[in-house]
Amino acid sequence: MTTLAGARTTDDRNLIARLWDNQEARSVIIQIITLAVVLALAVLVLRNIAINLEAIGKEFNFNFLGAPAAYDISFSPFIEYTSRHTHLRAAVVGILNTLLVAVCGVLLASVMGFIMGIMRLSSNWLISRIVYVFIDFVRNIPVLLHILLVHGIIVTTLPPPRQAIDIGADFFVTNRGFFVPAPVFQDGAGVVGIVFIIAIIAAIVFRRWAKQVQDTTGKIYPVFSICTAIIVGAPLLAFVVMGAPLSWDIPQLKGFNFQGGLALKPEFLALWLALSYYTSCFIAEIVRAGILAVSHGQTEASYAVGLRPNRTLQLVIVPQALRVIIPPLTSQYLNITKNSSLAIAIGYMDVVATIGGISLMQTGKEMETMIIVMGVYLVISLTVSAFMNWFNRKMKLKER
Amino acid sequence: MTESSTPQDYVPGTHPDLPPPVRTTGPIGWARINLFSSPFNIVLTLVAVYVLMSIIPPVVEWALVKSVWTAENRVDCWAQMEVPEGAACWAFVKSRLQLFIYGFYPQAERWRVQLSFVLLIFAILPVLYDKLPGRRHWFWYVVAFPFIAGWLLVGGFGLTPVDTDQFGGIMLAVVIGVTGISFSLPIGILLALGRQSDMPVLRLLCVLFIEFIRGVPLIVLLFVASTMLNYFLPPGTSFALLMRVLIMVTIFSAAYIAEVVRGGLQGIPIGQHEAADALGLTYWKAHRLIILPQALKISIPGIVNTFIGLFKDTTLVLIIGMLDPLGIGRAALADAEWAGLAREVYLFVAIFFFICCFSMSRYSLYLERKLHTGH
Repeated sequence: MTTLAGARTTDDRNLIARLWDNQEARSVIIQIITLAVVLALAVLVLRNIAINLEAIGKEFNFNFLGAPAAYDISFSPFIEYTSRHTHLRAAVVGILNTLLVAVCGVLLASVMGFIMGIMRLSSNWLISRIVYVFIDFVRNIPVLLHILLVHGIIVTTLPPPRQAIDIGADFFVTNRGFFVPAPVFQDGAGVVGIVFIIAIIAAIVFRRWAKQVQDTTGKIYPVFSICTAIIVGAPLLAFVVMGAPLSWDIPQLKGFNFQGGLALKPEFLALWLALSYYTSCFIAEIVRAGILAVSHGQTEASYAVGLRPNRTLQLVIVPQALRVIIPPLTSQYLNITKNSSLAIAIGYMDVVATIGGISLMQTGKEMETMIIVMGVYLVISLTVSAFMNWFNRKMKLKER
Repeated sequence: MTESSTPQDYVPGTHPDLPPPVRTTGPIGWARINLFSSPFNIVLTLVAVYVLMSIIPPVVEWALVKSVWTAENRVDCWAQMEVPEGAACWAFVKSRLQLFIYGFYPQAERWRVQLSFVLLIFAILPVLYDKLPGRRHWFWYVVAFPFIAGWLLVGGFGLTPVDTDQFGGIMLAVVIGVTGISFSLPIGILLALGRQSDMPVLRLLCVLFIEFIRGVPLIVLLFVASTMLNYFLPPGTSFALLMRVLIMVTIFSAAYIAEVVRGGLQGIPIGQHEAADALGLTYWKAHRLIILPQALKISIPGIVNTFIGLFKDTTLVLIIGMLDPLGIGRAALADAEWAGLAREVYLFVAIFFFICCFSMSRYSLYLERKLHTGH
């Protein structure tokens, strides 16, 4: 009887207290409370936004995107743009410019980073020390300072177009940018392009077939040389057959500046070069760590089973090093993309400078423009990480 | 020596060791191995020496030997040189040094900045140096430091209030850096725990927050801070720009810290969790006493690297119109008396950041070695 009464008193406790002692129930309670708090905060913020916008007579809509932008963008290599075009088009120009500098930066930074990473491992003491000092010096200085510095060097210390430095092959270096010959495609260039694409597909098919042959019979074809021959040779042949449908638009000095050719503006150059060498220093350290992570025993074992040095590198060292290199490399590629937003400091018209800068100032639509800019970066970031995750899974150690 | 060392003088097996051949030891041997081991290496060495010879002497000459340290303005500066504009004019940086350090902080109140700086050194000391006597008792001082320094710098409660718009220069960079570092660490740890938690709602919220912040560049977040953060607040309230920037910088680096700490948490074997459960420890006790000490130890190098990145990123505030060292430098360059001395300004700011970040990265390497208690 007494024990029963005692049991009843524990049961008589507050329902919440009893639920709190149960781990699962407690976790549900915590989650409900968290969700309620977050939703309440969101509602509060949305209500504040609505009240604040109404107080200053602004509306939340994206109609301004269709209105004429009424500002110029000096650098729009892909699509035509004048100040009569809409804000939407200005945003697209900005996005393309961001992507352009990001892609160029990733390419140059990878090349420089791999070279420096290998130089850092050089048996030559002087070379490895010089690269080490360079890497440590560059890495510890803000990237914005690098961008401003390179821009300053291009604009103030290079000669004006009239005294342009001619590097040769019609390549001119001036303080208004670098001028290089631009390729002009004529009739029939399309055929060469199509042949090029077909050649790539053929190379991939050949590679699959060669692998199949090797798996079944053990016979090894020189896959790399044959693929290179197909990809380079076929378009070259088509190029000659079509009668060389390509001419060069050579930059000419007219008045105070160069006309024609491909103009690399100082803003683009400064951003591209500064981002590339800054990021390449991080990539160099990643590459170095990746190569060091493959133990020497792997090389010796591979020699012991009779692989030649180049096959060892190709089949044993590089795949294992890449496994270590890829994840941090992904975040460096994302860093280049994100750091390209510093373009606004030197006036390169990327997405932050166009829609998030001038369009914002002109329309006063802080909310809408910022949502667009953040959305663009989120999409780029998520796409890149999805691709690199896929690549990483493909390269991952397949344990059986 | 040569006469006495005939084979007969020694009992077999007691002959003293001969010195190693000259070609593998000493400076010559070192150079042979490290600089001239193959024809390719010889070429590399010669090229490297040529590059160094063509870069270092002119730079040293420009920056030190021929540089001018006292001058009224740039014309005066250039007049003192053999070749006008041929050397560095440090007189410019010297004349603006106060501005570089304090920004526009009122002259009469600068002792507060200096005092905060001294207090900062005392706050950093117990964090960096673990053999400090009575280190445990310093803990509360370290926790209280950001608030004491904030009171000293901003004023109020008995001190003359100073407008945060007058903050600038190195002081502003240190304020943003230290605030970001001290507040982002606890928030980051909580986010990491949330991301590792068993509760799906909590986990989802943390993942969304972390991925959102990490997917957007800091400069966009700073734009959000400067243009639209006030819309989020109840009507009539508004923050100073510095405060909004501090909030954004803190949540930005908290998201990065969270990922670093998550790496550390994932490195802890499940057995540690099970052992803590077996001992009957609650979630928080288990984490405070068992999981986090180990997880944080693994993630310290990553955390320090995040802090280095954060400190370098403080320069970004110049884009939204605040005057960090770089911003002060660019503003100073607009002065007609000194215009055109960009190289000196950029080099000065670069050296400042280099000293701060390089010492942090060296410290991180030292910690990594010290904490590597494995084999």
